[in-house]
Amino acid sequence: MSRRTRGACRGTRALPTGRRGDAVAIVASVIAGCAAALVFSGARADTSGPGTAAVSAAAPEVSAGVRRSGLEDLQPATRAMQLDDGQNPGMLWVIEGESAWARRPDPAAPSCADCHDDARRTMRGVAARYPAFDAGLARPVDLGQRIDLCRTRHQGTAPFGPETAPRLQLEAFVAHQSRGLPIAPPDDARLAEFRARGALQYRTRMGQLDLACADCHDRNAGRRLGGSLIPQGHPTGYPIYRLEWQAAGSLQRRLRGCLTGVRAQPHAYDAVEAVELQLHLMRRAAGMPIETPAVRP
Amino acid sequence: MARALITVPKAPRRGEEIEIRVLIAHPMETGHRVDATGRRVPRSLIRRFTCHYDGELVLAAELHPAVAANPYFAFYTIARDSGTLTFVWQGDDGFARTESVRIDVT
Repeated sequence: MSRRTRGACRGTRALPTGRRGDAVAIVASVIAGCAAALVFSGARADTSGPGTAAVSAAAPEVSAGVRRSGLEDLQPATRAMQLDDGQNPGMLWVIEGESAWARRPDPAAPSCADCHDDARRTMRGVAARYPAFDAGLARPVDLGQRIDLCRTRHQGTAPFGPETAPRLQLEAFVAHQSRGLPIAPPDDARLAEFRARGALQYRTRMGQLDLACADCHDRNAGRRLGGSLIPQGHPTGYPIYRLEWQAAGSLQRRLRGCLTGVRAQPHAYDAVEAVELQLHLMRRAAGMPIETPAVRP
Repeated sequence: MARALITVPKAPRRGEEIEIRVLIAHPMETGHRVDATGRRVPRSLIRRFTCHYDGELVLAAELHPAVAANPYFAFYTIARDSGTLTFVWQGDDGFARTESVRIDVT
């Protein structure tokens, strides 16, 4: 596709099609979703018997041997963009997060570095084990929420809020410290019930198009939907720089996009359901290397 | 947020062709889009990018609305003498950013 291809002068990234508004993106995803309903309507007849209206018949989960990161299926230009820190736009968020790490929110409050010291050492591997259980809230939180909890509990300032630039920048910086490390979900018994609910959510059909996550990302991964490859949906590189967004965004934003695509009600930002689904996805992707900041179309 | 990432070989040999790569954070808002409330998002573009090598112009480019956010340039020059590469981005609403990188030719 031309929008992923560099110009002959190797100049700027010209992305006319990436510049569509949200309304157009929603229309596109709805069209894609309708196509999905058509594609899957035949398949469902063989795989789900009577009485399986809500939860998809046990789809064979993508097994460890054939798991693929979206990185492997990128077009060469997009792949080169991710693998080269000099042209990966996600690095702009990382370097901004790096300076925020050392900056005090106000002179009296500690900076991230005052407590956590050198992130290169102390934050290594942290993103690989999130979401993690927060005893104070008695529920799991993802990395972005943890950053906001640190803001309120230890820095005594207002939280950034989901999907804000400063939270994404710090999240990208922290997650970047785990690049190359395998995803390692913790064996925390308190997470079990939340993870189980996430797994159920993954298999539950939802929305007007009546599709479960598993319908696309397990049963039909690797096939095409509206010209785009259906990825296996492993959250290896979040926050990602998405060409369609022209910006970095969180896994929560990506999941909301999927939910809108099947015309279901998207999770509210930072809702426990969103974190439950993330818990399941991270367990599903356990062992795959972190790529943050990944670049995706 | 207007950070720039600049990649230049720090110590090239004299006469060597060097690749200069620059990436800057900028929304490149076209002025044609509307936000969720229907109001037009004001245009905010980088209009011009230049690179000077010790005062000598290496590259000048004009940017237009079709250019994506966070514009990236990669181009070449010949490393003649040790000196400073100066990058200037100028755009709407008085956007201006200058970055300099020193190269030492061996």
